[in-house]
Amino acid sequence: MSVEARRGGVRKQVALPWNKSIEFAYKSVKTRFGRSMVTAGGVFLGIAFLASVLISKAIAGSNIEPGESARLNWLVGLSLAVCVVGITNAMLMSVTERFREIGTMKCLGALDGFVVRIFMLEAVAMGFMASVMGWTVGTLLMVLTKFLVGVPKNAPPGTVWYGSLDWLDLFGVWPVGSFWFCVILGAGLTALATFIPARQAANIPPAAALRTDV
Amino acid sequence: MTMVQEQSQAQTNGAASVNGEKGAEYVVRAKDVTKVFKMGTEEVHALRGISLDIRRGEYISIMGPSGSGKSTFFNMIGGLDKPNNGSVFINDTDMAQLDAQELAFLRCHTIGYIFQTFNLIPVMTALENVTLPTIFAGMPAEEGTHRAIELLETVGLGHRLHNKPSQLSGGQQQRVAIARSLANRPSIILADEPTGNLDEKTGRAIIELLRELNKKENVTIISATHDHKMLDVSDRIVWIRDGLVDKIQNREDIEIQVGGIEEGH
Repeated sequence: MSVEARRGGVRKQVALPWNKSIEFAYKSVKTRFGRSMVTAGGVFLGIAFLASVLISKAIAGSNIEPGESARLNWLVGLSLAVCVVGITNAMLMSVTERFREIGTMKCLGALDGFVVRIFMLEAVAMGFMASVMGWTVGTLLMVLTKFLVGVPKNAPPGTVWYGSLDWLDLFGVWPVGSFWFCVILGAGLTALATFIPARQAANIPPAAALRTDV
Repeated sequence: MTMVQEQSQAQTNGAASVNGEKGAEYVVRAKDVTKVFKMGTEEVHALRGISLDIRRGEYISIMGPSGSGKSTFFNMIGGLDKPNNGSVFINDTDMAQLDAQELAFLRCHTIGYIFQTFNLIPVMTALENVTLPTIFAGMPAEEGTHRAIELLETVGLGHRLHNKPSQLSGGQQQRVAIARSLANRPSIILADEPTGNLDEKTGRAIIELLRELNKKENVTIISATHDHKMLDVSDRIVWIRDGLVDKIQNREDIEIQVGGIEEGH
């Protein structure tokens, strides 16, 4: 008896098209918006910090001390690393919470790849939104601060300052490049942080749907 | 043989099998199934060589105390777990021969699941929940939605299509779950304690609905249950104890028993 006959018409399950997965992830983020934003809170803060440093450096131009610049880079890097760990943690909890839901999806015919894709798409969407907000808040706060500090650009030599701003300068330093840098980095880091939790979610057995204790 | 193969491939579910008389009659066949779980250094023999044949269109209740191996056996015949020894055939397909993708196909097309805790996807409406399996099956969106609306009307929820599970009562959620389990016209519906989280009256209504669908759609229903209301409608009751089939009762025997109890009142 051939393999086909023995399998009685059972074929391989086909993967869902991308638009279905995107629709899925969108719905999930939209419905759990508050929760998603808490998860992505780390990205928001990290990217806000990064954006504020970028704009402050842009405003200061060549006036910034090399040591100070290095210190800022180090701080930004560290805060982003912390935010990656935070998201991984939040996502692992989210996987545990959705244990039964994922098991159910698998009972309905979801493949491992679909589960991974859902989690990754959700992560990218959250990271994107949080980064846009983080960049906006970080940039605006730093611009505001520079206005308020108001150290003149022709400050005497030897004075420690990192630049200031008047209305005319603003257009010169307005960082379009920093926007895309921050958003892509934020979304990318969220995706990176979600990879292990997503793999774990995909490994949940369909029998998990039967559990009543979660 | 080529003809047979083609037919066999063409039929995905529901239709009678072509691989011999036995296959046509039986939708699930379990032969000498054993399962051992390792708990640390100890080995737990959940199933000790269990055999059971389930006919197409039957309504079966599996009963047994917790720890009897009931759940393990239930998972086996539902394609959720694989035996250590012995074999489980669903529609003449040996489960052991299937890889992950083929198992997913089987779960999607051949088996419908109903759970004690309903397990609707919380972020989706009733309609989206019922449409979901058709999406996994690759059915065109329009056809899937049409099928889902039809099913929700069948279970009496035509007026709650766009409600989220949180806006539905337990009984209504279970009705949505029943509609979802039927979405891809499965051969088998696997119901794990379907009335476990419902009150007496709602539970009875759900059982009646299941029985009705069992007759109307000629779908085999296999249910693990503690609910004695379920016994009235079952064709056969399989009692499991210590990893073996303890006894199998037929419907006729049960009716006599139930009649006896009612006379006593």
